[in-house]
Amino acid sequence: MPTVSMTVNGKPVSAEVEPRTLLVQFLREHLRLTGTHVGCDTSQCGACVVHVDGVAMKSCTTFAWQVEGCHVTTIEGLAKDGKLHPMQEAFREHHGLQCGFCTPGMIMAAVEMVYRKGHDLDEKTIREELDGNLCRCTGYHNIVKAIHAGARAMRDSAGA
Amino acid sequence: MTGTGIGAAVRRKEDLRFITGRGHYTDDISRPGQAYACFLRSPHAHARIRSIDTSAAANLPGVLAVLTGAELQADKIGNLICGWMIHSKDGSPMKMAPHPALAVGKVCYVGDPVAVVVAETLPQAKDAAEKIVVDYEVLPAVADPAKAKEGPQIHEVAPRNTIYEWALGDKAATDAAFASARHVTRLDIVNNRLAPNALEPRAAIGEYDAGSDSFTLWNTTQNPHVARLVISAFVGLAPEHKLRVIAPDVGGGFGSKIFIYPEEVVALWASKRVGRPVKWTCDRSEAFLADAHGRDHVTHAEMAFDDKGKIVGLRVHTIANLGAYMSTFSSSIPTYLYATLLSGQYAIPHIYCEVDAVYTNTVPVDAYRGAGRPEATFVVERLVEVGARELGIDPPELRRRNFIKSFPHQTPVIMTYDAGDYEASLRKALEIADYKNFPKRKRESARRGKLRGIGFSTYIEACGIAPSQAVGSLGAGVGLWESAEVRVNPTGSVEVLTGSHSHGQGHETTFAQLVSDRLGIPIENVSVIHGDTDKVQFGMGTYGSRSGAVGMSAIAKALDKVEAKAKKVASHLLEAAEGDIEFKDGKFIVSGTDKSATWADVALHAYIAHKFSGQELEPGLKEGAFYDPTNFTFPAGCHICEVEVDPDTGEVTIVGWTAVDDFGVVINPMIVEGQVHGGIAQGVGQALLEHAVYNSDGQLVTGSLMDYAMPRAGNLPSYKVDMTVTRCPSNPLGVKGCGEAGAIAAPAAVINAVTDAVGVEDIPMPATPQAVWSAIRSRAQPRQAA
Repeated sequence: MPTVSMTVNGKPVSAEVEPRTLLVQFLREHLRLTGTHVGCDTSQCGACVVHVDGVAMKSCTTFAWQVEGCHVTTIEGLAKDGKLHPMQEAFREHHGLQCGFCTPGMIMAAVEMVYRKGHDLDEKTIREELDGNLCRCTGYHNIVKAIHAGARAMRDSAGA
Repeated sequence: MTGTGIGAAVRRKEDLRFITGRGHYTDDISRPGQAYACFLRSPHAHARIRSIDTSAAANLPGVLAVLTGAELQADKIGNLICGWMIHSKDGSPMKMAPHPALAVGKVCYVGDPVAVVVAETLPQAKDAAEKIVVDYEVLPAVADPAKAKEGPQIHEVAPRNTIYEWALGDKAATDAAFASARHVTRLDIVNNRLAPNALEPRAAIGEYDAGSDSFTLWNTTQNPHVARLVISAFVGLAPEHKLRVIAPDVGGGFGSKIFIYPEEVVALWASKRVGRPVKWTCDRSEAFLADAHGRDHVTHAEMAFDDKGKIVGLRVHTIANLGAYMSTFSSSIPTYLYATLLSGQYAIPHIYCEVDAVYTNTVPVDAYRGAGRPEATFVVERLVEVGARELGIDPPELRRRNFIKSFPHQTPVIMTYDAGDYEASLRKALEIADYKNFPKRKRESARRGKLRGIGFSTYIEACGIAPSQAVGSLGAGVGLWESAEVRVNPTGSVEVLTGSHSHGQGHETTFAQLVSDRLGIPIENVSVIHGDTDKVQFGMGTYGSRSGAVGMSAIAKALDKVEAKAKKVASHLLEAAEGDIEFKDGKFIVSGTDKSATWADVALHAYIAHKFSGQELEPGLKEGAFYDPTNFTFPAGCHICEVEVDPDTGEVTIVGWTAVDDFGVVINPMIVEGQVHGGIAQGVGQALLEHAVYNSDGQLVTGSLMDYAMPRAGNLPSYKVDMTVTRCPSNPLGVKGCGEAGAIAAPAAVINAVTDAVGVEDIPMPATPQAVWSAIRSRAQPRQAA
């Protein structure tokens, strides 16, 4: 079996895996990072979104070997030094989650949305950008509010 | 108590683990030595199984077992059951066909589990499942409920595929009301079939411990004790005390995780057979074939009016598709959760409803968010809206004329509404939606070439299911009370063990708010424990918006007992008569003195027991309660949907949504509003996007998220959510329930708005661009003279 090596949440990891091992399987089963979820099998729901070198990627449709040598960030790696990421805080403050299953993917997608689109996100942009993430509980209303607030908070915390 | 008590928008205690990826959903759990299960499912809607050859699969590397219905029968594993008896009009009992966890002799729907492979790894199990050879004799199938009675017979016990032909109400009186009516509005309605799609797919880990001869099941269930009861008492897999069911974090349910499914039974059974824990996690596309669907009614409905626009009668005939087998509560959904709500918010003197439940070659149909009540609301609110248009009366005005105005109100279909103010929620909604300026907005849309419409839905639902005696008399196989235990620790912190189960509703927060409010202790000092039959006393679980009204009432009752006992302890501690002890703001005070003791003092003294003898008082501070409601609760409200339709494409855009709901007393408005948002989204999904489609061969055409249109953020608006409050008189907290309201109210509001925009009587759900465009085109055709 081939060996894959990458950096996950700042730690170098390496393992022998079957070539058909998906990144999400590698994260969940080999590294026991179970915060990244699998909600579908057609790359539609986005519960599995992680960052690969700072870019949002659906880990359910990425082979582990495809990210050889990359820096992967999962939901477990978002809070730094015991302090929640502003987007995590915003989801809690604005009740942007109910069952919590889509939440890791939502938060990872939202953070990357800010990387690409900046800190002043209007409702239309947020809704369009969330096209790859499904939530069955919230009706998106509070997720949109959370991302709007979280994007601004990311600027404030970066400026602090 | 302020800040975290009843009525405060407390941020959720459970969120920290979910926003940091530290939740524990079933698939996140791995047991030492676990093996993996993969089910081979029927590719045919209806077929006889001539033979199954598992030898090639069994010989593949890593395969531990390949099991079929034959082994299931050899081990005397019982069938799955439906737990609510419905009798037909002629008095005969419903026709419940045997439902084995793995097919025996024949398959009845695409996805019917035929065999299971247990292997060292999931890829090995999947590879092996492909090597099982099943020789099928394909039979003709029927998927359309309207054609079921004439279709090929699916089960020996059910001629004409008829499960029951049930009726409610006074037929003769209703017919008489129609005979003397001034106007009758008629509609043919298809309530479209839906796939629930909780975002967490179902999963199960079965583990047999040979040392204690006992089983543990980790399962995505909304009601672990009910699952344990059914698997033990009916399936017969293990005695109840030898089976532990754990429902850890569960990622949404919406009804679909109430039911006891084949896969968890098989995972448990297989774990004993192979001597290893067995894990099964559903794929999404598999879930479309394996999870119970919702709705799927075909209805003809008629509403009769007098010359003043008063409703004088309602007549409904519904064919309800229950799928290939009767799921756990399926029989009750199109009967006692449907026809009993047909009075809506209106004083209708005569109602008669007939429901024919049929088998088809489709996955079983059971409760899905709202369960019967969305279907009833859609019938009533479509008829009222179309009736208003036909009579030339403003739709809100026609509703107002017919509203029930005094309570309690006995409807002709069983229910006794206890409290409500329908006029208040309508008035508030009309204000927020700025109804009076709608014509101006319509003209403005027209200038941009768009068709604008407005639609109303003044819904009612029955929640807090339900008084056990009442549901027992209607055929329920269970009581529908709830249990709670409040354990006070020696340091004064509190654990609440509840028979309710949270799968997104936020019970860890709202239940703690109640305790904090009552005992005057910080919310951080309260833990809510649920979802484990080894920890929690028997409970009925969460569905039907019952956990506030029934689950929290049980906690309130246990808190009464805790307070009474604590007062006794305080009386010894403060050396005062028990009757002189007051409990206020977390303190025990001797009336008229400055002597007091804190909550923590009293908790400690309850346990150290130094101030009283065992003859006077038992040590400890822990009380339990079972709360059986005295009535259903009746949340109600008004939703107004405003849409813009593009006449060139048929695309519908929701440009405004106003919801004014009466949920009684609100514990946490932030959480309640979140429930409303989510419910509306599912209702809009039903109205505009979602449809589980079977073709005439019984193949599911919409078998993945590529084909089944789940609402996305871009399909939905932001909502204006407000409330009115009439206290529920039948429970100690005055709460009614909020989990399903949006899904119940929304479909009618949307279709009323779209048909208003387009200017047609009806557009079937889902009102896709194609359906709307076709409706616009049909309207453009001049009518041929007959």
